[in-house]
Amino acid sequence: MNDQQLENASRRDFMRKSVLASSGLALGFYFNSADSATKQVAKPSTVAETSIFKPNAFIYIATNGTITLISKQPEIGQGIKTSLPMVIAEELEVNWKDVVILQGDLDPIYGSQSAGGSRSTPTNYEEFHKLGATARTMLISAAADILKVPVSELIAKDSAVHHSATGKHLSYGQLVEKAATLAVPAPETVKLKDSKEYKLLGTRISGIDNPSVVTGKPLFGIDVQLPGLLYAVYEKSPVFGGKVVSANLDKIKSLPGVKYAFIIEGGSNLKGLLPGIAIVADSTWSAFSARKQLDVVWNDGTGATESWAGFTAQAKALSTKPGTEVLRNDGDAKAALKSADKTVEASYSYPFISHASIEPQNCTAWFKDGGFEIWAPTQNPEAGQKIITETLGVPKEKINLHITRSGGGFGRRLIPDYIIEAAAIAQHIKEPVKLTWTREDDLRHDQFRAGGFHFLKGGINQQGKLISWQNHFITFGNKVLKDGKTTLELGSGANLSGDEFPGRWVENCLLEQTPLECNIPMGPWRAPRSNVLAWVFHSFIDELAHAAGRDPLEFRLDILGNKDFIPGTGKQGIPYDVNRMKHVLQHVAEKADWGKKTFPKGQGQGIAFHFSHLGYIAHVAEVTVSKTGNLKVDRVVVSTDIGAQIVNLSGAENQVQGSVIDGLGALMFQDLNIEKGRIVQGNFGDYPMIRINDAPTQVDVHFLKTEYPVTGLGEPALPPLAPAVCNAIFAATGIRVRELPLLKTDLSWS
Amino acid sequence: MSKYTLHINGNIKTVSVASDTPLLWVLRDNLSLVGTKFGCGIGQCGACTVHIDGEPTRACQTPISTLGNRKVTTIEGLDPKGEHPLQKAWQELDVPQCGYCQTGQIMTAAALLKKTPKPSDADIDKALAGNLCRCGTYLRIRKGIHLAAQIATKESA
Repeated sequence: MNDQQLENASRRDFMRKSVLASSGLALGFYFNSADSATKQVAKPSTVAETSIFKPNAFIYIATNGTITLISKQPEIGQGIKTSLPMVIAEELEVNWKDVVILQGDLDPIYGSQSAGGSRSTPTNYEEFHKLGATARTMLISAAADILKVPVSELIAKDSAVHHSATGKHLSYGQLVEKAATLAVPAPETVKLKDSKEYKLLGTRISGIDNPSVVTGKPLFGIDVQLPGLLYAVYEKSPVFGGKVVSANLDKIKSLPGVKYAFIIEGGSNLKGLLPGIAIVADSTWSAFSARKQLDVVWNDGTGATESWAGFTAQAKALSTKPGTEVLRNDGDAKAALKSADKTVEASYSYPFISHASIEPQNCTAWFKDGGFEIWAPTQNPEAGQKIITETLGVPKEKINLHITRSGGGFGRRLIPDYIIEAAAIAQHIKEPVKLTWTREDDLRHDQFRAGGFHFLKGGINQQGKLISWQNHFITFGNKVLKDGKTTLELGSGANLSGDEFPGRWVENCLLEQTPLECNIPMGPWRAPRSNVLAWVFHSFIDELAHAAGRDPLEFRLDILGNKDFIPGTGKQGIPYDVNRMKHVLQHVAEKADWGKKTFPKGQGQGIAFHFSHLGYIAHVAEVTVSKTGNLKVDRVVVSTDIGAQIVNLSGAENQVQGSVIDGLGALMFQDLNIEKGRIVQGNFGDYPMIRINDAPTQVDVHFLKTEYPVTGLGEPALPPLAPAVCNAIFAATGIRVRELPLLKTDLSWS
Repeated sequence: MSKYTLHINGNIKTVSVASDTPLLWVLRDNLSLVGTKFGCGIGQCGACTVHIDGEPTRACQTPISTLGNRKVTTIEGLDPKGEHPLQKAWQELDVPQCGYCQTGQIMTAAALLKKTPKPSDADIDKALAGNLCRCGTYLRIRKGIHLAAQIATKESA
């Protein structure tokens, strides 16, 4: 939110809006909750009656001292609902126990509400300080008026304003009536706290919804209940983009509990409303059961010939040809390779994988009076509203979107395909309906992390220096219609930047890219691109370090070089602070006793780093590989530089440890096969995910406090994990992993 | 449709549903006990774990017709005040990230602590291996169970 918006925001009466926005309660969301007094479902009506001080859209203070803060970004497990309000609370000088946090519905008053790209913290951090400081300033002014003393003699502390000379103090509750009459100062004029005085920021604060989480209160999209709610399933073509020819709808309609069964024509946008059959019933189980009897004739379309085996063969054939696009061509990589003392060639590949958020996609929609009420577990509520407008022609003013907690996001819920499906069904039946995807729907109709193939060549000179780096990246794109023309558009997260490390660093560098056309939807998966590129590049760098006979840490520091700062060169790259990266790399090495430990065969250490989402992160992994090839990750040490301030230490540590385990799970297990245009795997039986017995024994997390702006942590700690572990596997066994997941490589040794 | 009388969290509830309806969906759709979660529908993720006569059981794999008089405890009935040592430990250590799987984790852990009041990491890994956490909170789940064991010891002292 910019200053102008903030000012506008402060002039309007948000309380009325808040009540409207929270109409989920009036409509009966959580209507059967035994505990409507939990923080998640705090009663906005009560807040509205007594919270007379409302200096901006995010802060309401009541006469009884209750402080209600609005969380604007969706909570998907990244902890934002706790951490951003902590920033306000810090500046507001309130006791955390006095704070109630409400999830804001989709409302332009809050500015962008999308939670993606680890951007929620960096884009809101400064503004949230100002929000809190503005309110604090006004409360102090109110106290000065009442006590008839100068503002300079007053301090705010523990939800009250204190006058130390007289010992008098007024609680915020006692001040709100007066404060509400004061003009809101311009945000740029208010004084922010010195970070040395922080009491809340940087401490460990337990998630605000934890009391509800551990007692099973309704929180998530799938928990939404409404009077008269119906339950829907939606069957789409197993081949992406396939169309419905016919279906046995009469039979389905005759089955127990079924209220409606109908075909939705849909379109060809793989991120939009695809063709399918909706079944609406009186319970989730009736809908699931009826679906088992569904008999559909599909027109598969063009995608039915696609297979992973076919893509692999195509990639191999293309690898020896020039790429269709040259992303970077510095020096003369080919000549340098010829002149090299040692050369290494290797191909790396990784499969398509699913997000597999543990709460399957779902959405509740109610079409009435020409508009929609939507309840969605979404990372991107704006996109949900927009796609309804675009697809169903309902103006956005008539779409109220209530953001629920999400059972995991990982980028999946940035794409609103499940929201438009629920809305289309709701518009057809004009009754409240909850669409629930089965796990099979969720795994097979994901916006997948794209697979990819890298064909790499590297050259080392006599001094052991990396002098040539070549990569032909075979990736994936979808055919899309744009401005009346069909073009091949790279999948989301399926592109390589010419600036990606070690592009920009190696003197002779040739990066080429060739997309394979496919009909598979692709979307951002936690740390898009980076989650695989870091694995490929830091594995290959490790190969080159070993070929050069150099220590993998020392070799990396040498590549990073002596320049402090490397600017972007217009290839999606952003400025790279080399010193920050070297600092975390050296720090993690020190904390992990890099180079100081001796390991028996079967055990070893690996190191890697990556810069993404403005975060500088390095990992060291220690592994044990049994003779029979079983991997155990014993310890991971992570050093991060994400700027001057950790907001919530507990949440930040959770994000890093979760990233390590998530990264390890993808590395070890996640794998989708494609045959005849269909995703083969369907559920956790054939799509294994990491379980507690494969989790590392220990993950040490270090946050380096630096002078740089505060940045996000939902993603950047994930990418270095896979290469650190694979490099450790090589150190332990001499086996180089060049294909994901790890299951495909025999790690046994003798 | 048939009528079933169920013993849930110490209460008697009557529902009319198809005989093959899994307990999971009766809890969620008919009884508004939504703390028991749907994750996979095939007993692979553990998000729907409840206790049936004290045994941790997958509600998605339990047709309502097979329950008879057996007693069901869900997360909502684990402790009358929501103050089971695991529920306290989970909040103290801030175990959840998204939180979706945690009720299932807690129900499985509660059954473990009943049988093994002071479990080792190996005991925990074995007992909890059926419960997926997509956010990767496994380190804190281990810690949380150890802390809950300590809390329980103190409370009973």
